[in-house]
Amino acid sequence: MTAQVPGPPGGPAQDSVRSLLAELWRERLQPSRTGSGRETAAGRLIHGALFLTATLSAFVTIGIVLVLIFETVEFFREIPLIDFFGSTKWSALFAEKQFGVWALVWGTGMIALIGLIVAIPLGLMAAVFLSEYAPPRVRAVVKPILEVLAGVPTVVFGYFALVSVSPVIRDIFGQDVGIYNALSAGIVVGLMIVPIIASLSEDAMRAVPRSLREGAYALGSTRMEVSLRVVVPAAFSGVVASIILAASRAVGETMAVTIAGGGNPQFGVGPLEAVQTMTAMIVQLSLGDTPTTSIEFKVLFAVAMTLFVLTLAMNVVAQWVSRRFREEYE
Amino acid sequence: MARNFFTVMRSSAPSSTAARPSSSSRSTAPPPPNMKEAPAAGVGVHLDPSLEAVRHDLTEDIEMALELREVSAFYGTFQAVDKISLPIPKNRVTALIGPSGCGKSTLLRCLNRMNDLIPGARVEGEIRFEERNLIDPTVDAVEVRRRIGMVFQKPNPFPKSIYENVAFGARINGYSGDMDRLVEDALRRAALWDEVKDELDKSGLALSGGQQQRLCIARAIAVQPEIILMDEPASALDPVATLKIEDLMRELAEHYTIVVVTHNMQQAGRVSDYTAFLLAGEERVGRLVEFGPTQEIFTNPLDQRTEDYITGRYG
Repeated sequence: MTAQVPGPPGGPAQDSVRSLLAELWRERLQPSRTGSGRETAAGRLIHGALFLTATLSAFVTIGIVLVLIFETVEFFREIPLIDFFGSTKWSALFAEKQFGVWALVWGTGMIALIGLIVAIPLGLMAAVFLSEYAPPRVRAVVKPILEVLAGVPTVVFGYFALVSVSPVIRDIFGQDVGIYNALSAGIVVGLMIVPIIASLSEDAMRAVPRSLREGAYALGSTRMEVSLRVVVPAAFSGVVASIILAASRAVGETMAVTIAGGGNPQFGVGPLEAVQTMTAMIVQLSLGDTPTTSIEFKVLFAVAMTLFVLTLAMNVVAQWVSRRFREEYE
Repeated sequence: MARNFFTVMRSSAPSSTAARPSSSSRSTAPPPPNMKEAPAAGVGVHLDPSLEAVRHDLTEDIEMALELREVSAFYGTFQAVDKISLPIPKNRVTALIGPSGCGKSTLLRCLNRMNDLIPGARVEGEIRFEERNLIDPTVDAVEVRRRIGMVFQKPNPFPKSIYENVAFGARINGYSGDMDRLVEDALRRAALWDEVKDELDKSGLALSGGQQQRLCIARAIAVQPEIILMDEPASALDPVATLKIEDLMRELAEHYTIVVVTHNMQQAGRVSDYTAFLLAGEERVGRLVEFGPTQEIFTNPLDQRTEDYITGRYG
């Protein structure tokens, strides 16, 4: 009988509870916290620090691009565009200087191409295996190991190319093949980018709804048919994006190709000869004692700019492809 | 009662081998050689108590497409379905009804070995399909699924064109005939042709939900199966689309055996010739309560639980 039954509104205790709730509610509705006087100085400091860290990388990127543009413009004041983009001869360090960037693009392109020829089949097969065939326990072990491969320092890959891959190439193609050659560098670049293709493609394949697989199985498909005719096409956008991303990584790869590719900026040479990539040339130019006012110093930025535009374009294409061909299932 | 069941089964046995010209005229593989002369069906069948619940007074003299004998299904250590025995009459619509979690979908997925795809899933017992036990591991699950098609709860067309969706099954099974005709025929049978005939190159995903489901039915038909399993095929659809699917089921029953899982009582009543009522007890293991002609089950159920469920006294 003494139990407190909620009485009619107006009791003093209830009034205070209600006003407290109302106050809390009003506080929730406050549209902005800044300027309300509630934020302390420390709070503002943290706020500012967080803002800075969030924008720092953006500023750094903008800064790099600005420097690149500025120095590139400087370079083209002295060397006409036609000598840079219209020539295939490169001899920046000789007395008679020539700056035909295509000699470097050739090396970059060849190594990236060899890399992709190695990495696409390996990466896709690994992805199909992990996504469609591997029992969960195997996958739980193999995938992290594969991803560790991406963390191996690239200098190790370069060395690996010289001591392990090149000798095999020489055994196959004859001893007059140099220890430094595009094939060897391309193969290790390929191994380097396998994890990118495998891991990202596998993510895309696993995102394919189970219901699609069941639909295909219910029509009498084998596991192979389900994998290759349903899962891979359905994951197409992710697969292509992973390949383009891997390609841009291959194009930008520096250390391994500097070590194993040789230093031969020649347009039109074959895969068994030494080449020089854009990145390797940048390494060569920025080492040593190039005076900052010299044309050799400035061409470094022009090459870097070319490289930057190239990889940026690839990333944009990757994003476009992944958006354009994405299938929404749910 | 049990004797009548045998009578039905036995009388159907000879015709089940004779009346199957469809399988030999098919462009794809003929029946495998390990099919022996049909033994008298039903002989030696061990009847478990649940068979008491099967209405044996089938008035028609029907062939059986499938015959389940003491089928149990497990997911790991969890038993989902316990010793279910029932016949699936040929060229009829059989509905599996029961509340959620009674194992009806699991049972359906046993019929074309779809449970093989779930790690840890296990099926015991016997499902006779043309004198073979299709549960047997030596029976090729891919072959079983080609002959026993399935339509799922949620429409799941492939992200391909309408045409390629229908052609898919035929292509993987090495169909070498006139693909255009096969696609048109399948779409016509699925009552979708008139709506899509001018846009066969459009993505299957661009269709409405009801159209997608009919596309999935067309896709299943194009493989020329003998049996089509449908797992709540209309549950994700609006009433108009549902009605179309139901009409379609009736039409398809002229050529195919259809087994449909539904928890829509009215739907079971409208579309099915036979109904099996499943129920899970406290321990959540699904058991057969009653099987019989739909009209009997709905108007004159043998079991009190069936009546309770049909009149809506179960949750």
